[in-house]
Amino acid sequence: MSADASNRRVVVKSLFGAAGMFAFAIFILPPMYDLFCEITGLGGKTGDAYTAVDVRVDTSREVRVRFVASNNASMPWIFKPEKDSVVVHPGEPTEITYFAHNITDEDMVSQAIPSLVPNNVADYFHKTECFCFENQPLAAGDQADLKLIFIIDPDLPEGVNSVTLSYTIFDITDRAADPIAQL
Amino acid sequence: MAHGPATLADGWRAYISRWVFTTNHKDIGTLYLWFSFAMFLMGGAFAMVIRAELFQPGMQLIRPEFFNQMTTMHGLVMVFGAIMPAFVGLANWMIPLMIGAPDMALPRMNNLSFWILPFAFAILTSTLFMEGGGPNFGWTFYAPLSTTYAPESVNFFIFAIHIMGASSIMGSINIIATVMNMRAPGMTYMKMPLFVWTWVITAFLLVAVMPVLAGAVTMMLMDINFGTSFFDAAGGGDPVLFQHVFWFFGHPEVYIIILPAFGVVSQIIPTFSRKPLFGYSSMVYATAAIAFLSFVVWAHHMFTVGMPIAGELYFMYATMLIAVPTGVKVFNWITTMYKGSLTFETPMLFSIAFVILFTFGGFTGLMLSIAAADMQYHDTYFVVAHFHYVMVAGAVFSGTAAIYYWLPKWCGKMYNETMGQVQFWVAFIGFNIAFMPQHFLGLAGMPRRYADYGLQFADWNMVSSIGAFIYGGAQIMLLYNVIATIRNGKPTTEEKTWEGAEGLEWTVPSPAPYHTFAKPPEFK
Repeated sequence: MSADASNRRVVVKSLFGAAGMFAFAIFILPPMYDLFCEITGLGGKTGDAYTAVDVRVDTSREVRVRFVASNNASMPWIFKPEKDSVVVHPGEPTEITYFAHNITDEDMVSQAIPSLVPNNVADYFHKTECFCFENQPLAAGDQADLKLIFIIDPDLPEGVNSVTLSYTIFDITDRAADPIAQL
Repeated sequence: MAHGPATLADGWRAYISRWVFTTNHKDIGTLYLWFSFAMFLMGGAFAMVIRAELFQPGMQLIRPEFFNQMTTMHGLVMVFGAIMPAFVGLANWMIPLMIGAPDMALPRMNNLSFWILPFAFAILTSTLFMEGGGPNFGWTFYAPLSTTYAPESVNFFIFAIHIMGASSIMGSINIIATVMNMRAPGMTYMKMPLFVWTWVITAFLLVAVMPVLAGAVTMMLMDINFGTSFFDAAGGGDPVLFQHVFWFFGHPEVYIIILPAFGVVSQIIPTFSRKPLFGYSSMVYATAAIAFLSFVVWAHHMFTVGMPIAGELYFMYATMLIAVPTGVKVFNWITTMYKGSLTFETPMLFSIAFVILFTFGGFTGLMLSIAAADMQYHDTYFVVAHFHYVMVAGAVFSGTAAIYYWLPKWCGKMYNETMGQVQFWVAFIGFNIAFMPQHFLGLAGMPRRYADYGLQFADWNMVSSIGAFIYGGAQIMLLYNVIATIRNGKPTTEEKTWEGAEGLEWTVPSPAPYHTFAKPPEFK
């Protein structure tokens, strides 16, 4: 094989490898990261909407669920849960509302991002209905009660008697034009 | 031109054309070295601004916003502009000479990979003069600091990183092709000089991880301009993902910086010990082991992001494992010197200082690898001290050693040994005065990347700044020594500048002719 041909082979292989690593970084690493977090419950991301199944309510056990609300960076809304915490039995659907008030004089859209602590219980915290599944448009000065219905799975690991659910509300007005149009 | 390179005597147009269009590995190596030295001085000037501001508590000279730009630009320029191109320059000059090749395998690509670099750094530096200032988010450019909260100039920064990545990848492919296809007959892989070995392994690392860096900045670009949410929690992304992607590049990157330095030192220590390198094959395997391990330890840079305990333990133990092959190398260097017939010329002084100070930096690295202790050390001056011990006393000292070691071969003139040794001692003492106190500051809790600090940190900061100015002065002395050697150095025509030197590069005349090894040499 001539020197040119073997050089060409090295170049082609290396460029192929480099392109592969670029694709790996953009197309494979982020989904892999999400999948990893979903499997392990790391990052406290809770699952999507849950269809309630008929399960017994474990009245022998009580779990305190605490609610935390925070605003991301410069998000000006008032955002808070109706109560700081509730005590529930595993298996029993519980409704709670968060209060949101757009205090600005502009129409805005928000998105709430959940996070659950301790993170190994993310799989046992089910939400049948949640404002966080969709973005929340609010016209200037409007306020709303945002509904959340959750069920703690009766299989919740022993020893966990307190769960903290945190929502951070983000301003996504810039990237969500449609909901504003519907206001 | 067929008879040799154009000189100034042929007119300045011919002279400039020679350098712009050159495909000669020695010319391109020279360009890389001068360019990296210019960047080294620029990055050093940024460091001087930082240390001047930190000379006393309170705000004296610059505004905090500009301070942030200085720390960021210092890191970026030193890593991508000074250290990496310096070693690519050494590779260009020395690899063909060491393996008996007439030139690099892909000379035109070689020209391109150099000549896009000045543009990348012109773009990067120009951001300092833009409205809103240059990059101010640290050289690690964590999202969302570098996305949501970045200055407008961040797009220029991203483009500059893309160009640097392309340059590095082309340079690496060239080195891989050269070493694979152009070795002199008889030079098997396990007979290659260690500098060549470390560079081949580095080149593979570069091809593997520079695209990951390009991917990270591309995702930033899309988050900033095209509405994606890779790193934005509001859209379902995660800023921690950025740190994972960045350090998946970043950890191999630190070995990209240090492995060629290992190679240089592995050439110099045997020369001045007048003994062959001890444990050649273990050196090769240790280098390969370090390169492999570099891919599986990245999250030790992010122990504080909230990893599960299993992750912390894994990354802690895997990181500590790297100390084993690194220790093999350190012991091999020491054993090479053991019972050798040692002399202490400037390159050897820098190499011995490298071994001592790099090992010191390695030990502080081990301290940082302890996940539980890192909670305290994280983002303090202890980290700053650690990586300056491995990067400056590691990469920069070894690069300086390489300059003194091969300068007579490059220009056919001998440097002034006294001046060389004076420069060494000024650099060595200045370096330690600058960075040793930063360990104490870090352990006492001084965070990095702030323009101001509490009064309790005042004394050691002043000491550190004084050391930094001395160390900065040592680099001006290096520049003086190199220029003085080129202009007025004592001519030397010996093929073998150093009596203990081995290798094909010492079989060509000094200065090395423009074209060498047109016919492959005999290699025993």
